[in-house]
Amino acid sequence: MSDSPADLKYTKSHEWVRTLADGNVEIGITDHAQSALGDLVFVDVPEAGKSLKAGDAFAVVESVKAASDVYTPVAGTVVEGNANLGSQPELINSEPYKGGWIMRLKPGGAPAGLLSAAEYQAHLAAEG
Amino acid sequence: MPFIPHTPKDVNDMLQAIGARSIDDLFDEIPKELRIESLAGIPDALNEMQIGRLMSVRAAQDGTPLNFIGAGAYEHHIPSAVWAITSRGEFYSAYTPYQAEASQGTLQLIYEYQTMITSLTAMDVSNASLYDGGSAVAEAALMAVRAHRRSKSQRILVPTTLNPNYRKAAAATIAGQGLKLEEVPCPRGSLSVADLEKYRGEDITALVIQQPNFFGVLEDVDALTDFAHANNILVIASVNPTSLGILKPPGEWGTKGADIACGDCQPLGVPLSSGGPYAGFLTTKMENVRQMPGRIVGRTVDLDGQQGFALTLQAREQHIRRGKATSNICTNQGLLITAATIYLSLIGPEGLARIANECHARTQELVAALTRVKGVKLAFDKPRFHEAVLLLDRPVAPVIEALAARGIIGGCDLSGDYPELGNALLVCATETRTTADIKVYADALADTLKAAVRAA
Amino acid sequence: MAMQKHPEKIIFEYSRPGRGAYAQFPTEHDTPNDVAADIPENLRRRKPAALLPEVSELEVVRHFTKLSQLNFSIDTHFYPLGSCTMKYNPKACNQYAMLPGFLNRHPLAPDSAGQGFLACMYELQEMLKEVTGMQGVALSPMAGAHGEFAGVAMIRAYHRARGDLARNEIIVPDAAHGTNPATATMCGCVVREIPTNEDGDIDVEALKRVVGPNTAGIMLTNPSTCGVFERRIKEVAKIVHDAGGLLYYDGANLNAILGKVRPGDMGFDVIHMNLHKTFSTPHGGGGPGAGAVGVSSRLLPFMPIPLVGKEGERYRWLTEKDLPQSIGRLSAFMGNAGVLLRAYIYMRMLGREGMHRVGEFATLNANYLMAVLAKKGFDPAYPRRRASHEFIITAKKQKDTLGVSAMDFAKRLLDYGFHAPTTYFPLLVPECLLIEPTETESKEALDGFIDAMVAIQKEAESQADLVKSAPHTMTVRRLDDVRAARQLDLTWKTSQGLRPTSEKAV
Repeated sequence: MSDSPADLKYTKSHEWVRTLADGNVEIGITDHAQSALGDLVFVDVPEAGKSLKAGDAFAVVESVKAASDVYTPVAGTVVEGNANLGSQPELINSEPYKGGWIMRLKPGGAPAGLLSAAEYQAHLAAEG
Repeated sequence: MPFIPHTPKDVNDMLQAIGARSIDDLFDEIPKELRIESLAGIPDALNEMQIGRLMSVRAAQDGTPLNFIGAGAYEHHIPSAVWAITSRGEFYSAYTPYQAEASQGTLQLIYEYQTMITSLTAMDVSNASLYDGGSAVAEAALMAVRAHRRSKSQRILVPTTLNPNYRKAAAATIAGQGLKLEEVPCPRGSLSVADLEKYRGEDITALVIQQPNFFGVLEDVDALTDFAHANNILVIASVNPTSLGILKPPGEWGTKGADIACGDCQPLGVPLSSGGPYAGFLTTKMENVRQMPGRIVGRTVDLDGQQGFALTLQAREQHIRRGKATSNICTNQGLLITAATIYLSLIGPEGLARIANECHARTQELVAALTRVKGVKLAFDKPRFHEAVLLLDRPVAPVIEALAARGIIGGCDLSGDYPELGNALLVCATETRTTADIKVYADALADTLKAAVRAA
Repeated sequence: MAMQKHPEKIIFEYSRPGRGAYAQFPTEHDTPNDVAADIPENLRRRKPAALLPEVSELEVVRHFTKLSQLNFSIDTHFYPLGSCTMKYNPKACNQYAMLPGFLNRHPLAPDSAGQGFLACMYELQEMLKEVTGMQGVALSPMAGAHGEFAGVAMIRAYHRARGDLARNEIIVPDAAHGTNPATATMCGCVVREIPTNEDGDIDVEALKRVVGPNTAGIMLTNPSTCGVFERRIKEVAKIVHDAGGLLYYDGANLNAILGKVRPGDMGFDVIHMNLHKTFSTPHGGGGPGAGAVGVSSRLLPFMPIPLVGKEGERYRWLTEKDLPQSIGRLSAFMGNAGVLLRAYIYMRMLGREGMHRVGEFATLNANYLMAVLAKKGFDPAYPRRRASHEFIITAKKQKDTLGVSAMDFAKRLLDYGFHAPTTYFPLLVPECLLIEPTETESKEALDGFIDAMVAIQKEAESQADLVKSAPHTMTVRRLDDVRAARQLDLTWKTSQGLRPTSEKAV
């Protein structure tokens, strides 16, 4: 069973969302997602200033055998992409909820339809 | 049965193992009304002796005329070793190196190819090749749109000095994706910064520069590249690899160098063969590597830490990215770059420079000889490499036919693609043309033009 | 037979300044710089390319011959790579396509100087029309994916010519080759995916739900990539046609039905053929291919140029003047002409009867292999179906119970002297081995493959690590793909790990 910390919110497409002290949100992909993709070799992170609608793809994560878009559940403006992922994409594998965050976003509205950790685990179980 | 090894006993034993009465039973899931009984339009089989005779007759019919056309396909000397090795079954009858451990020969060869072609173009990275020089321009344009994130216009400038067939292939390839190819007229036979002035300050994604250009004229690549970069335009170079023996490589054009370089490997050991198979090359700077289409090979290590080669960056490709891939291409022109890599290994840096020089000398000799013929003059008196446009005093097509009847392929008639030039004929000489060959052509051309005058 | 244990050096490691294959150099103008003196200094190369090797002719011959020996190939190994049709490439096809008259012919030489070549091309067009049941054939696309592009571009052009601009959706089954959705995207279309049912047929109900006024067409491979014939094809054709869409046939698996059933008769409007599969032109380590396209009468005006036409006894190129609505030119000249010649020679050698036998014996070999492997305990993915010219074994059971995956079987097969089947395609079958023996393999070759699979199964049961760490007899062991992608090393550098300064300094 993959890890999903209780203090985060989740999406059905396997992103996690953390609300930071300054009101911005941090978004990454879940432990389950990184495990399904395998060793990541490249992450295309968004540039600061980019404006996103909820549901937009904002990053691409690549492993040797798969590539996947990452979607934002929250509209807003990109504050920063995680520059460390340029040289260390494996941070997403080793610490998906910490050093493996992908972008920080200044939200332009309230996130809707996010799952709690328990709901996300139930979603994973249902997905099989 | 040709190419089928089964004996009647094999067939019986196999059907028994399957539990079928006849081979026909194996097709019982196909609706009956769709099945066909005969292919009346297919002729009877020929054995190898018979097909050999037929093909020899057909090939002899086309003969081996003396060729003076280039226009994107060049007749060069091909060392015997090139195809002796390329035709080995282990290269010829292998497939894409999916199983890296059983394909190290092909993989290492592609790595060596990538190294040579990046060195030749002075760029950082190369893919494992595309279909041909025309499709390479198309893929380069698509790649430029992906790589140039700040440009939204998808406008690609193509001067009319770019090979018209490359322009057509690019236009057909990118038509569905909303890119706009905008032709820049070049009435003086080359592209100048003045021709581009009207685009200053506009959002243009890329400019394609062919060197030497389709007319054989050398473009002022430094000034053009610097203009493009100053105006936030990416530069796509379309270059002849032989010319890079003596001409400045795209990576050194202007202050920053071209962003993408492409072209056709045909001059590197690939026979003319009526237009293909050839191989398109595509090189770029490291920052654009993930925007490249096609196969790329990397060097890595195996479980024991020993050097080995594998396909890499595959997440760009269609078998993983499907609808979001950088291109739908799923192979390269493997056998042709095998030939090109062997060719470049034999020729080396010195050989390539000497061949390029020899081509240049022969072209100058050809131009001098032909412009001495009454009724022939040179269209663009500018620095050139490899080929030149001549203007005749009458329509070109009948002259080409008359020369062909004398065993001379006299050049490429430009009246279809460049009616504004008048009776223009594009001619070429490589290192394979001798002084005697050139004299034969000049004499025949003089005769033909005289005969036509008499006939008139 | 074990391959050589030490990998061949990289060509640049043989390089010595001043060495060269001098017999290949021109000799007449020996003072290079003087010759090019009329070229302005700023347009000239300042230093030779640093990474072209300086080696002798023998070194080149030996190096590349050794490299060739590191490959598996049809000429040396059974190569049951599913969906790739790795059949014998007759030597005659190579020999006679390389006759000087063909080899030295310039693509822009006048038609009058190419009647022999053009006759071959014209007859090839005609034969391909006959075996596919289509009304027109264009030869210029240079690979399967290139043919797909031409096909979808023609579908798009057809709808646009009728003013039906809304049709931009291409329906693709989930089992399709990745090129299908990639091609649809390249043509500016949107992909709608539909599922495959448990017997390998497409889900017709799902198809009915997605067709409509936006449907441009559907792309189908039949037999499908699941290795089975799409039994409801006529119903599928009717559904799509009734909705105003066209049917595209991906000819990847044409070998299975050659001489038995024709795409044109099934209702397809446009097809591509992989001549490097069905008509046995060489795969060349990944190309060149040839992806000729065939069309029904309604798409004739849109075919890619050039085509070869015949007027009386003369052949000539047909260009945009003859086909003003053409989707255009897809290559600089006329595609992979030398490959087309090889396909022509092969088809003439097969003749009428030989065409039928291709489909029959390819199917016999596949069904035999599937039946015997099933008896030996392997699991066909579609056990209730006939195999076409290929079939799928799923190693899910081995993966779940022994921890040995389809990839492990594939790698261990290399040790037994067999090229691996296609692995992990189609994506919908877990632990999938897609096996295509082709008609040119003997029963003994198939039995040898079966014996190897059985032996590997035994190894998997008793010493799984041996299989999981295979191959053991190749030049290299399993390669670190992750390192290859993370630490990109795409060109050779000097021993200091740097490009020679001469290359970048100027």
